Amino acid sequence: MDITEFYDTFFEEADELLAEMESHLLELDVDNPDVERLNAIFRAAHSIKGGAGTFGFEALQRTTHLLENLLDYTRRGELALRRDIVDTFLEAKDMLNDQLDAYRQGGEPDPEALERICETLRRLALEELGEDAGAEVAGAAPAASASPEPAADPAPAEAAPSAGEGTPDGGARFQVTLIGVADKDRDLLIEELAQLGDIEDQQVDGERHRVVLTSSLSGDDIEAVMCFIAEPEQLEVRALDAAAPAAASESKPEVKAEAEAVPAPAATKPAAPAKAEAAAKSSDAAKKGGESTSIRVPVSKVDQIINLVGELIITQSMLNQVAEDSETVNDGALVTGLNLLQRTARDLQEAVMSVRMVPMDYVFSRFPRLVRDLAGKLGKDVELITEGKSTELDKGLTERIIDPLTHLVRNSLDHGIETPDRREAAGKPRTGRLTLSAQHQGGNILIEVIDDGGGLNRDKILEKARSSGLSVSDSMSDDEVWQLIFAPGFSTADAVSDVSGRGVGMDVVKRNIQAMGGHVEILSTPGQGTTTRIVLPLTLAILDGMSIKVGEEMFILPVSAVIESLQPRADDLYSMAGGDVLLKVREDYLPVVAVHHALDVADAITDPTRAIAVIVQGEGRRYALLVDQLVGQQQVVVKNLETNYRKVPGVSAATILGDGSVALILDVADMHRLGQSKKENPVFGAPTRARPVEEVEPS
Amino acid sequence: MSQATALQTAAAVEAGSQEFLVFSLGDEEYAIDILKVQEIRGYENVTRIANAPDFIKGVANLRGVIVPIVDLRIKFRLERADYDDQTVVIVVNIADRVVGIVVDRVSDVMTLTAEQRKPAPEFGLSLPLDYISGLGNLDERMLVLVDIEKMLTSEEMALVEEAGE
Repeated sequence: MDITEFYDTFFEEADELLAEMESHLLELDVDNPDVERLNAIFRAAHSIKGGAGTFGFEALQRTTHLLENLLDYTRRGELALRRDIVDTFLEAKDMLNDQLDAYRQGGEPDPEALERICETLRRLALEELGEDAGAEVAGAAPAASASPEPAADPAPAEAAPSAGEGTPDGGARFQVTLIGVADKDRDLLIEELAQLGDIEDQQVDGERHRVVLTSSLSGDDIEAVMCFIAEPEQLEVRALDAAAPAAASESKPEVKAEAEAVPAPAATKPAAPAKAEAAAKSSDAAKKGGESTSIRVPVSKVDQIINLVGELIITQSMLNQVAEDSETVNDGALVTGLNLLQRTARDLQEAVMSVRMVPMDYVFSRFPRLVRDLAGKLGKDVELITEGKSTELDKGLTERIIDPLTHLVRNSLDHGIETPDRREAAGKPRTGRLTLSAQHQGGNILIEVIDDGGGLNRDKILEKARSSGLSVSDSMSDDEVWQLIFAPGFSTADAVSDVSGRGVGMDVVKRNIQAMGGHVEILSTPGQGTTTRIVLPLTLAILDGMSIKVGEEMFILPVSAVIESLQPRADDLYSMAGGDVLLKVREDYLPVVAVHHALDVADAITDPTRAIAVIVQGEGRRYALLVDQLVGQQQVVVKNLETNYRKVPGVSAATILGDGSVALILDVADMHRLGQSKKENPVFGAPTRARPVEEVEPS
Repeated sequence: MSQATALQTAAAVEAGSQEFLVFSLGDEEYAIDILKVQEIRGYENVTRIANAPDFIKGVANLRGVIVPIVDLRIKFRLERADYDDQTVVIVVNIADRVVGIVVDRVSDVMTLTAEQRKPAPEFGLSLPLDYISGLGNLDERMLVLVDIEKMLTSEEMALVEEAGE
């Protein structure tokens, strides 16, 4: 078996462990640290070290080793935590991330960085713990590897050194029991064990294979290493020393009996009372047991299933249509069967789609660190609150929302939340509050970044907009003014800072969100704060579509973009000199884009009063799309056009209809541009902003 | 076992021989490397794409995959481009893409040895010489060998977005 096969598993697990470590570190109360939390951090470092040792990632092993020793002192209360110590731990964690990335790419981590972090950790140990302990932390070498000694002697107990003699560093004795492990895995595991220490004894008893081992590592370590090959429930690691003094050297049978009676996992900390330890560990084991009920699957495989299910649904609706059209078929059983098929297919689709969904926690969990670091840098006190962590979103979208959100959070911290002194002067608590929230709203997810800072400055934005040549007027509504900050190159920051203010970004944020089929809006109250609201579809794989007909052609409009539809009256239509037609809908005048014109559809209804106007909203702009007929609403599977073809203007993707034919999904924002660029009068052909309302008011 | 060996020997003797799918456009017979061909299907259910060149007939659903359909007869200004029962679409796999090409008729699959393949002529064909890899001589028939990959990924086909766009 090639050990490199397990690299990916290790990298993924290590990633998760590091993320866990970070979140625990961030939530750590420095003055009154939670022991469970410290243990969790310690365990994470432990497991990574174990894995790194197994796979021969030396730098990773060295760093985690130093970190782990320090953590060990911390959790034993011998090292008092301070904020700067936590900072160092976080720094070390970042370094581990870098090292992991380097190994993942098949390289070696930067040796200088390694020395630097090791030195930092060593110094911390020396300063805080004094000579002896510090030296121990700093000096202790990683796992001493020994040559395998597969002793076949069935009763070596007397010969073996008693557990009590084991120095803290030198080697404690463990009994590792492998339960029901396949032969080849068992050989591999035993080989691993031999690497970790001296194997004194091996016994096979049916399903159970016992190995007695002397190792300088802790039980947790051994378990962590083994976990890369075997399931947690297949393993038992017992310390054969203080935890079970009676079981030390002579009374071997007793150990066995105990092991069989109580298949409790490892007791690791000799000092702790055995019972409490076992209880703690078994709850831990339960957690681990929970983990093994999930599997890791590459996203591409899930996507393949989603594709196939999409096909199944299309085939099923084709069958339904055939059955409906066919007059000869009048078979009740067939109809029942088809209905059943339809229901199952829909359920299947939903179930498969849910596989792609991940909780927003995946996104939010990276912000505590960012906020902490940034607030420190900016000299602000900020409390981060996250709401709706369990709200689920398509995996593809969660990855793409991280960058825009990061940007918004940075903005809120830099421009939004004031310094403590200014906050106090304004009668607000010194600590600013930044809230990240997520919630479902219909078929969408609503993500908000809320700060209780100074709010946007209307005058400043207008002034800035004027100086950068944007056309603005003082009569613009607040909403319109806020939208200005999404213009390329716009920044109101007084000074360019390290954090933000270079004026790149908000336009990118907006573009990214629009590319995901969502939109972003800003609510702001001076002195009270700013809320940035992002609305995204839950998934990009299926879409609620409204099918429309133009001429003989069928198109799909995303329902999320449709506001209403109506039949225009001649009185409400105004032809403008530039070739624009405006439609009066209640108090608004909306530009009209005829689908047949933009997409050159033959045999379409050209008289607007006989057509249907669908009022749509794209890129924050409302306009009316003229179509012949509304056909209905349905969920459609989104198919990429660019896989085999190229981007088509006015079209975002395609889907397959019940009859097997392809229908194009219209891109509402792009349709407007297309309509503008195809206007008859070339002089006015360039896309322009909608005319101010005053000009068209019929007098 | 011996039969397999015999076949292998035969293949070795004919080293350099290649299989081609033969189709016709107007009165001319063309051939493309059969390894590029995924399948052959009828011309049906093609959805028009607005604002695309006229030879791009649109897109079709090929078992869940959206495939652009190109009519070579229109592209190369052949006299007639009718759609009837004989009209077929050859689905080819080129440069990790799936594209359908409309042709008048598919006749057969031919094996051409290295000797049967001649260099391309200088003139006199409906297709631009850039995309012609040679001529095939088969008894009385002359086959124009088309480098379909080069042709479909070319800029003028407008099928593939240019790099960096």
